[in-house]
Amino acid sequence: MRRIAAALLALLVLGLPPARADEEPRRGGELVFVVPSEPPSYDAHREETFGLIHPLAPFYSLLLRIDPTDPKGARIVGDVAESWTESRDHLTYTFKIRRGLTVHDGQPLTARDVKASYDHIIFPGPGVTSSRKGAYVAFESVTAPDDRTVVFRLRWPAAAAQALLASPWNFIYSAGKLAEDPHWYETHINGSGPFVFVEHVRGSHILGRRNPRYGYPGLPYLDGFRATFVKSDSAQIAAIRGGRAMAQFRGVSPGEREQLQKALGAEVRVQESPWDCANWIAMNHDRKPFDDRRVRRALTLAIDRYEMASALSKITIVRDVAGVQVPGTEYATPPAALETIAGYGRDIARSRAEARRLLREAGVAEGFRFTLKNRGIAHPYEPIGVYLIDQWRRVGLDVTQEIIEPAAYFSTIRAGDFEVAVDFQCGYLVEPDLDLYKFQSADVSDANYARYRDPVLDDLYRQQSRATDKAARARIVRAFERRLVDEEAHYLMTLQWHRIIAQRRQLRGWYITPSHYVNQQLDTVWLSE
Amino acid sequence: MLPTLAGVAVLVFVLMRVLPGDVVELRFAGESSFASKAALDLERRRLGLDAPLWRQFARWIGGLVRLDFGRSLWTGGPISREIALRFQLSLEVAVLATAVAVLLAVPLGLVAAVRQDTWVDYAVRLFSIAGLAVPSFWLGILLILGLLVAFGWLPPIEFTPVYVSPWRNLAQLVWPALAVGYRYSAVATRMMRSAMLEVLREDYVRTARAKGLWPRLVLWRHAVRNAMLPVFTVIVLEFAFLIGGLVVTEQVFNLNGLGLLFVESIAHRDYTLTQALVLLVAVITVLANFVADLVYAWLDPRIRYA
Repeated sequence: MRRIAAALLALLVLGLPPARADEEPRRGGELVFVVPSEPPSYDAHREETFGLIHPLAPFYSLLLRIDPTDPKGARIVGDVAESWTESRDHLTYTFKIRRGLTVHDGQPLTARDVKASYDHIIFPGPGVTSSRKGAYVAFESVTAPDDRTVVFRLRWPAAAAQALLASPWNFIYSAGKLAEDPHWYETHINGSGPFVFVEHVRGSHILGRRNPRYGYPGLPYLDGFRATFVKSDSAQIAAIRGGRAMAQFRGVSPGEREQLQKALGAEVRVQESPWDCANWIAMNHDRKPFDDRRVRRALTLAIDRYEMASALSKITIVRDVAGVQVPGTEYATPPAALETIAGYGRDIARSRAEARRLLREAGVAEGFRFTLKNRGIAHPYEPIGVYLIDQWRRVGLDVTQEIIEPAAYFSTIRAGDFEVAVDFQCGYLVEPDLDLYKFQSADVSDANYARYRDPVLDDLYRQQSRATDKAARARIVRAFERRLVDEEAHYLMTLQWHRIIAQRRQLRGWYITPSHYVNQQLDTVWLSE
Repeated sequence: MLPTLAGVAVLVFVLMRVLPGDVVELRFAGESSFASKAALDLERRRLGLDAPLWRQFARWIGGLVRLDFGRSLWTGGPISREIALRFQLSLEVAVLATAVAVLLAVPLGLVAAVRQDTWVDYAVRLFSIAGLAVPSFWLGILLILGLLVAFGWLPPIEFTPVYVSPWRNLAQLVWPALAVGYRYSAVATRMMRSAMLEVLREDYVRTARAKGLWPRLVLWRHAVRNAMLPVFTVIVLEFAFLIGGLVVTEQVFNLNGLGLLFVESIAHRDYTLTQALVLLVAVITVLANFVADLVYAWLDPRIRYA
């Protein structure tokens, strides 16, 4: 009845980590890294900041994980799952849990713990907040028929099912602790990951030491790690430069990269990757004239994205011209096809002439004034805002930028108190379900700040989400993209972010991926000296 | 004292609610697209933010009366613990910076006044004006860069209590104390100089000199003690400011102090924590003024007997 879909992956699982064998990993040492943000609580099922993932992921296991050696950050491998199968109708996923796993408190980790963790995420009890519950609407039930088997039953086939089960946020918790108190994990740490929690001094650091009973024999290589909280960008760079820390795993700006390279030379190693984050421009459909798709199309046509990429990539964390998917990934539109989308053409003079024509047709006068609300964050928001103002000025629009304090930003744009605003989207995996969710109609997605309703777009989202054939799914994603950024121009894409990690030379076994949410369990990381 | 604190309490409570945004929105509408409005409402209910303002205020004041500051809306931890963690560091930086300031300001101000309009005076004035002109955080950045470039060394980025390792503690805190103490000393030096000049022209000083008293005795017993009154005011007020006001300097040196906690609590719209911090700073300021009044009386018998 069921087809074996992951036999090969199961083999990979047993051999994890499939390390890139540059050198023989060395054991011992403490990895010190800086984290620009601090977790509010310890519960990954409810929090949303990478500031939780970076210091806490090393304490936990996941059901599935993103292969820490895959530079595209797309290959899914097992973590506590030894193997898994997908039923022929794509509605049932059955996972076999590895033997001999233990939680840090000494209890064995079984399928019951996996079920309890996923129940906590997908079907939270009263009074429990699960941030990503909405991503699991296709999931009908989670059962654990025995200690080694977990079964996920879906309501309809979901193309993203495995990706959703590989979420770096889905820490496996102890069923016993969750039964005692569903909020227990907000204030306590008790996982089965490669490191055991030692201490957290709020505002200062989190300390972990090697878990001798970690499920993968021989791992982790490190004796421990120290995640130091450093909020200021310049202090983070100084910490790496002065040898107080070996890396910051979120990303640095091009200027900071050059500063470190100049100061440290061969002592610093730089890894770069397209980043699964992008700044989008929300045009408020409840405000005139942005309810008119001709105006929205004019705004996207006015932008020379190729020049923008060339100019801004020198100073901030953006680089690639992209559609709705990270360039070069499975569902991304190839560059040639991208050029046929409004605002992506190479002939900018022609695009701008068309933009002016559309504005005239829509009755928007030369010198029309509006305000671009932007988030008060230096990289890359502010340079993007400044660049857009110049581009829109070239089609006769007079734009003023209003920088909003980050704390007030969400309330402003969620309340619709803007004409045009800089918005953003980040994902842990390049996966259309995750990346496109926010662009559904405002009555479907609470993160649709442009406030439109588009049943066609919603239907395309649904179709791609349930497509079991990859080619068919790619076609639907393209159709979604064309409707979103060209035909209706509901939202306007700026540039794909570009991730730069500058690390001290002795830090090995850590590979960059397009997401700053994954690859932080640190079990395959080692220090060369 | 109590009316002042009550006024501060009402003011900070209202001001925090006037600011746009709230802790729940910041926390859950951030990087993910999936947080629903229902999830946000649930969290607001859980934190008591859905209650009428008067009830939130009454609950807070009721807690204060029992010396219970409540819990941080951002971390869920007890506020007293959040503050205690940082207070030690902030107090230590304030004490060290005050020591730097006093050690510089009193002798320099004194020498500048005694040697008025000589090159010594000009040099001291230049030094103190530079101290006023240079922001502490900028001096801090220069210090860090200087240490990195000259010695390839950076002060520790994590706080170590003095009882754990005095050397490591000092290695981290001496630099911000120097950066802040310099600006602080500039204010005090100028105050010391002008107060000394004024006192040195007083009749009683002239009389003491005319009586043939030893000049050093005139200076220390009659002039300095009287000149210290305004200087002491400056020192006390600056000290109160240093407890919670070193926001940027704390960022530059990555100090886990009250200034940074203050900014973060506002940025997170952590109402309960901000309210507690504002009250704490208000209490410190009121107490500092009270201490200043006591010291005035000790320094100047006329105040004591008035």
